[in-house]
Parts: sequence; C-alpha cells; structure tokens
Amino acid sequence: MAEIDIRHVRKSFQNLEILKAVDLSIRTGEFIVLVGPSGCGKSTLLRMIAGLEEVTAGDIVIDGKRINDLAPRDRNLAMVFQSYALYPHMTVAGNMSYSLRLRKFAQDRIAAAIGEASRVLGLTALMERRPRALSGGQRQRVAMGRAIVREPQAFLWDEPLSNLDARLREQMRAEIKKLHRRLGTTSIYVTHDQIEAMTLADRIVAMDAGTIQQIGTPADLYDRPANLFVAGFIGSPAMNFLHARMASETPTRSALILADGPRMTVPETLGLQAGQAVIVGIRPEHIVVGDAAPRQTGVAGKTGTGAGEAIVDLVEPTGMGAIVHFRLDTVVHKAYHLGRADWKAGDHITVHFPTERLHFFGATDGRRLN
Amino acid sequence: MAMSRKRILGTLAHRAAVLLYIVVALFPLYWLLKVSVTPTRLLYSEGVRMWPSKTTWAHYAFVLQNSDFPQFFENSLIVSLSTAAVVTLLAAAAGYAISRFEFRGKIWLIGFLLVTQMFPLVMLIAPIFKILSSIGLTNSLAGLILVYSAFNVPFAVFLMQSFFDAIPRDLEEAAMIDGASRFMAFRQIIVPLTLPGMAATLGFVFTAAWSELLFALMLISKSDISTFPVGLLSFVSKFGVDFGQMMAAGVLALVPAVLFFLLIQRFLVQGLMAGAVKG
Repeated sequence: MAEIDIRHVRKSFQNLEILKAVDLSIRTGEFIVLVGPSGCGKSTLLRMIAGLEEVTAGDIVIDGKRINDLAPRDRNLAMVFQSYALYPHMTVAGNMSYSLRLRKFAQDRIAAAIGEASRVLGLTALMERRPRALSGGQRQRVAMGRAIVREPQAFLWDEPLSNLDARLREQMRAEIKKLHRRLGTTSIYVTHDQIEAMTLADRIVAMDAGTIQQIGTPADLYDRPANLFVAGFIGSPAMNFLHARMASETPTRSALILADGPRMTVPETLGLQAGQAVIVGIRPEHIVVGDAAPRQTGVAGKTGTGAGEAIVDLVEPTGMGAIVHFRLDTVVHKAYHLGRADWKAGDHITVHFPTERLHFFGATDGRRLN
Repeated sequence: MAMSRKRILGTLAHRAAVLLYIVVALFPLYWLLKVSVTPTRLLYSEGVRMWPSKTTWAHYAFVLQNSDFPQFFENSLIVSLSTAAVVTLLAAAAGYAISRFEFRGKIWLIGFLLVTQMFPLVMLIAPIFKILSSIGLTNSLAGLILVYSAFNVPFAVFLMQSFFDAIPRDLEEAAMIDGASRFMAFRQIIVPLTLPGMAATLGFVFTAAWSELLFALMLISKSDISTFPVGLLSFVSKFGVDFGQMMAAGVLALVPAVLFFLLIQRFLVQGLMAGAVKG
C-alpha cells in the first residue's frame, strides 16, 4: 500500500525527449491507468517507477521516500509484463515462489503464500507445469500470481492483456478489477486500449507525446475531454469533429458556420469571438440518425428543412446497434445507432446533433472551450 | 492416387539425396576405420577393397603400447578442455555484456573483435612465436591454451551474444523486480536458459582446439608436450608413411571428441524443450 508521487519527471534518450515534465500524484489504493497511443511515454514512465529506466530529471517518491536511485529489487513493487516474462525453466510454483525464495522466506510461509494465490487465481491444478504447457490465459494468471504472492507496495501492469484474444481479455479485465477490490493495493496500469482504461481505472491519465493530456475519472474524460487528443482517444467509435467558424454578422452572434456552409446555434456562454475558428465534437452515440430526427435540430441543413441531411456511406452492424458512416457535405462521420439500421449506402438520412452533447475546442490549440 | 504416387516418389528422392550426402560425408571416416584394422602387408597387396580379407588390432596395440600417443592424448585433452572452458566463460560474460549493456566504445569493441577474424592465422605465427618465446610460453601447454583461447574468443562471443539476444529482456527485468540483483538474474534465469548455447560454444571450441595443428607445431618442439595432431605427423617419416598406425591413432583421437559431444548433446538438442513438455 503506497502513495506514489511523480514530481516533474523527465526522460530523454540521447537528444530525444520521451517524457516532458510529468507530474502525477497517486493515492493509496488507487487504480491509475496510463493510457495513450504507442510512443506516448506511458510504458517508459511505468518502467521508471519500476526502476528499469533511469530518471533523467525529477523525483519519484513512494510514501515520502525518494526512490530514484534505488535498485528495482529494493522498491518492493511487483510488475506484470505484456509478455508475462515467466521463467521458462521453472514450474508455475517455482515462478510464483521465486521472489519469496530470493528473500529467504521459510518453506512453510512460501507454501502458504503460493497456495493462497493459486487458489485465488484457480491455478492449483497447474502448479507443477512449466510455462510452455500453459495457455495464454493461464500464463497471465501465473504472472499475476507471481506479483501478488509478494504483497508488494504497488502493482505495475504493463499492457498485461495485449497478448490475449478479445474474449479472454474481457474475462481477465474483470479478474484484475476483482483482484484490486480484494487486495486494495495501489496499481498503475499501462494500456493503449481505452476500453481497458475506462473499465478499470479509478482515475485515467491520458498521455500523448510525452505529456499528460488529462487526469480524471473515466466519466470526466468521456464527458468533458480537456482537448482534442483526449476527445479523439477516449470512446469507440471515436468522436466526430467538424470544423467551424463563428459567424461574424451581428444578428446571429450565437451561430457557428460549419465548413460546408450550414449553421448551428451554440450557447452564448461559450463567449466566442466573431470569426473565431472552432472545432465541434460529437460522439457517434449522441448523434440521432434517421427519419426519427426531430425537426428542431442544432444543424440547419442546406435545404433549410431544419434537420441536417446526410448520405449513408457504410453501415456496420454490431448486433446491439450499428455504426452508420455518413457523409455530411464531403466529410465522412460516424454515428452509433441503437437498434436495427436498414439503411444502405447512398440512402438519404437526417442527422441531428443535440446541442447539449456538443464539445467545443479551439481550432488552434485544441483546448476545450465549453 | 496419382498425387500420392508423386508424393511417394518425392519422398524417395529426398531420402536418397540425404542418404547420398551421408555416405559421401562419412566415407572418409569409414576409410579411416578400415585402414586402421588392415594388416600392413595387405595394405598395398590387396588393391582397393571395401573391407580387407583379414583384420587386425595390431596397429592399435602398437599405438597404445609403443608410441607416445597416450601422452599426446593427455596433452590434447588438457589443452582442449581448458580452452573450451576458458573461452566459454569469457564469451558468456562478454556476449551478455554486448547483448544487454550500452557502454562507451561498444561499437569499437565489436569492430575489433571482427577485425581479429579477418587475418589468416599463418600471418600471425611469427609475431606470436616471438612474443610467446620472450615470456617463456613456448613449449608449454599454457601458452597453447592462451593462444587458442585468444583466437576462439571473438567468434564465441558473437555466438553467445546471439543466444543472449534470443532471450527476452523481460525475463531479467522480472527477476530484478522480483528481488534479484543483475548478477543473480543472470545466474539463475539467463544461464539456465542459455545452456544449449553454452554447450554449442563448448563443443565448437573443443573441436577447434582438439584438431589444431599449425600453432601446436610451431610453438611446441618437445614431444612430451605435443598434442595429438602433431603426433600424427610423426608417422610420416623420410621413407614412407605408416598408414595403419596413423589411422589407428586417428580413430583413437576421435574417441574423446565423440565422448565430449555425447556428454553435451543433451543440452544441444534437448535444451529447454524437454523441460517445457515434462509434467
């Protein structure tokens, strides 16, 4: 159980800056997910906490103690690797007990610890197997078992589910969550999968290009993404973006002109300047599609009917609903339509963007405006 | 039906090609064995025959009882085993460092290791003789071990490095997080996984040292510290070659090499696989 403080931590390789002054405060027992595209520095940050990478500048502090210069083995952290990193020449029991044997625990304590962990993880029947004789999911469990027998200060997870198939990933995700609820150990979890981030995290740290873009609860990041990057990264299918410009003529100060001409009324509270370039975001699941689109829409269609008219480009049924790709002028957007979608490519549909679901970002800096 | 017939023919052709290769490759060995048991008087009188009309162990008896060969074997064994051990230890350490660490001058080190492999050994004999004689290492098995080790280390380093490269870094990192120092992780996790590689290196260096003739000939002039390849030459006299005894000595010389490989082949072929499927 530990509080982890990352203070102004930087990392460079030669002249390449991987992490730019990262600050992050992790509370005891918290489940933090570092999420971002590959190369954003999330794994590097995790490895620096583990002691596998040197810290170029800044401090990493666990429970008030600066650990920058401690060897990995003295940090009392456990890590689960994407590759599982099980010792191929040791049995499951050997793998799980290795850390305890290194610490010269008594035989009976070791047996008790790995017995308990294997029971929790359902590995009891596999204890004498070698890693090669295990399935992917079983290996994943052994890696988790190896981490929990130590009762470390914190767990570090480095994309632990990336090598599993979708079904197993879903199952292990739930197991990790239950494990955390049961043990309450501070956890830092790295993933590029935003679903994993949303489902597991107490707080998500969204990273891009070596900087933290936003820290917040999953709901925060989904409802109020701080910038275009977070808006585009969290949510699947991804948020749609429309380029727009604030109308300059006086009577309609509260109207945005979309790139293709139609207008959209926006709340005056945004305080936009006339002529200011804006990017409007809307999540696919918030777009109302079809003939059911109400007439009092936010988008004023070219034809002046009130509802925006669009042309269907592609329909991807997902069972629960369908992802409808539609063209608004020339740009393709996606809408998630719950229920059956019987449209075909080329069909004309109406799309409605509810005003209260719109996100506004500055076109130059990408920052959230509303 | 036609397909399966074609496949059978293909398999037959494949097997025949393999068989042909094996026969060609092993024929000299067979000839070695054959001549070593052929009585001297039949050697020239019978012409070329696949097997002599009479066989004898006399050559072996002579080599073992009346020649210096037992001494040569002992010398060769000392030199080859020591060289193999020294080279494998050094190569494992150096190969690991090159595989895992970034350090200043690494690229130069690798470059120099490569350069040492570029020259024909013959070119270096004279300078090496001069150097060794000035420090009293000619006519000594230690000198031979030193030279053999020096010449085998570079290749062995690259060999070992490739084995270490094949082992994911995650494994040591996991061990270090589990509480091991880097050296403990190396010894307890990496070394057991590299045993096949070490066995291959041992075997390679052992055979290289076992059959080396040039340096053994140049650096050693006393017969009591000669290695067996030099000893073989002693059957070539001014007046002729005693083929029977020479071949018998050759067959005997094979024995340690074969035994050595039998000893390490468990690691060579079995390696991790057996451990993985057991249980």
